[in-house]
Amino acid sequence: MVKRFIYNKKAAPYVFILPFILVFLLFFISPMINTVIMSFEDVLPGSRKFVGFENYTKLLGDKVFLVALWNSFKYMIWTLILLIPIPMILACIIDSKLMVGKEFFKSALYLPALTSVAVAGIIFRFAFGEQATSLMNQVVALFGMDPFKWLKNGTTGFIVLLVLACWRWTGVNMLYFLSGLKNIPGELYESADIDGANTWQKFRYITIPQLKPTTIYVLTISIYAGLAMFIESYMVFNGNNSPNNIGLTIVGYLYRQGIEKNAMGYASAVGLVLFVIGMAINLVQLKLNGTFKKGD
Amino acid sequence: MQSNISLNSKKSAQKNAVSRGKNLPKRILIFMLFAIIALILLIPFYTLFISTFKDGALVIANGMDVSINTAKMSFKNYMILFTEKNSLFTWFFNSLFLTILQVVCQLFISAFVAYGFAMYDFKGKNFLFICVLFVMMVPFEILMLPLYNQISDMHLTNSYIGIILPTIASASTIFFFRQYLSGIPRDLVEAGRIDGASEYGIFFRLILPIMKPSFAAMAILNAMFSWNNLLWPMLVLKDSGKFTLPIGLNTLLTPYGNNYNLLFVGSFISVIPVFILFACFQKYFVEGMTAGAVKG
Repeated sequence: MVKRFIYNKKAAPYVFILPFILVFLLFFISPMINTVIMSFEDVLPGSRKFVGFENYTKLLGDKVFLVALWNSFKYMIWTLILLIPIPMILACIIDSKLMVGKEFFKSALYLPALTSVAVAGIIFRFAFGEQATSLMNQVVALFGMDPFKWLKNGTTGFIVLLVLACWRWTGVNMLYFLSGLKNIPGELYESADIDGANTWQKFRYITIPQLKPTTIYVLTISIYAGLAMFIESYMVFNGNNSPNNIGLTIVGYLYRQGIEKNAMGYASAVGLVLFVIGMAINLVQLKLNGTFKKGD
Repeated sequence: MQSNISLNSKKSAQKNAVSRGKNLPKRILIFMLFAIIALILLIPFYTLFISTFKDGALVIANGMDVSINTAKMSFKNYMILFTEKNSLFTWFFNSLFLTILQVVCQLFISAFVAYGFAMYDFKGKNFLFICVLFVMMVPFEILMLPLYNQISDMHLTNSYIGIILPTIASASTIFFFRQYLSGIPRDLVEAGRIDGASEYGIFFRLILPIMKPSFAAMAILNAMFSWNNLLWPMLVLKDSGKFTLPIGLNTLLTPYGNNYNLLFVGSFISVIPVFILFACFQKYFVEGMTAGAVKG
């Protein structure tokens, strides 16, 4: 009986897939359904009450949530602006024949991605200290500026988070684009050379279109990563309570409601709004980029 | 014909030499650009390193900077770390244990699942694979609250099992292994069957050994994520004796902890193992990291 089963070619694939199915049902579908149900409920320890769309209507009028939503959205847009074109251009430069010390620079740029957010947060929190003696205030002093209270003010606090993101992810995104560049056939550039194309034209009409799959991939993961940013802000501001909520993100608000205030129902609604916004942006983006047309 | 080729190569060699001379300013410019970027990206590490020799409370009070004042610097923090009773080594070994446990389980189970996806055709395969892609796309933060509820219902809070279970069949690892296995001819599996091996015997004895290179790439990537992970372990673990290094470092940052001397040394030693791994296995880092992007 056992022997017949382990030699059975029909049953085998399902046995192989089984661990995924179990984990998927237990730790993905089930929490997903739970969060949808809870978002229509008032959840208190020991009691749950159906309240319809109350959590969602409350969210719309919740000024703090709108602050969190705006912060996350702003952060996502800025990470897209900074962390797609710049790494792409850096990848093209480092890939060119003129580059010396390619491997060294690739590693050097990648190193920040190896650090934990905990460590990165500690470094940035104190490098952006508000004292005149902190690293970044010494830097701005070189340009004749007075010291900033970096983490107390909305704009500068936001800049700290962006600098942290650029520090950690520039090298990683550059590697993505480098691996994309490897897939571009060299003949395209050769024939462009014959036609007398200049560097800009080659970049514009060969590199950018050919890199499109990589760009779409980086764009897709960056959209959710930007919208779901939380732990960076948590570390830099030493907790979830930044002055005037300047560092509060959607997930930060979810954490505050769900973990700190134990309002699981309300927090679930926050999570689902994030899920829907991210999904919508990505679907629109993928559609505009024509990903669905190809049929793979 | 032959002379023609050699003539051509001579010509191109000449052309190269000419372009090298002409491009020298460009080369220097590009090199300088990357040197400056690398310098900026590496300064935070340097700042952290310098800070490990400074008095912790003073760094907190003045902010981090790059100044070296040997009169005020000492090995005191390292002395405290190695001679006085402290939690850092407990956290360090907790992190190490959790990382190894998580990576071993993840790799083994994900490889098992990926084999099912790559080597069999069965009903529901496409749908299930779309589920894998879907899990990859949804950020963990959205599910963290219901997942946390579920883990506490299962009485798994404050345990390492509770941390590793939800991602034990890691979607991105499955995806990577499946890509890798698609390159292995199915004839090999068929040959195993003809030799009388069972379906699972083929996987364990025939396929697993072939997968070694892909294991290296995923082991390193997953180990890095696991070693650096902060959010989920922070939710699950309650008991400071079980904390991992990133959680521990975060607790050192609170105003109640007066262990500022350990904060920077601790951050520094948490970065070291990943750097060593990176230096030894750089190739695999890049391979694992960019696996998703190549196919788009």
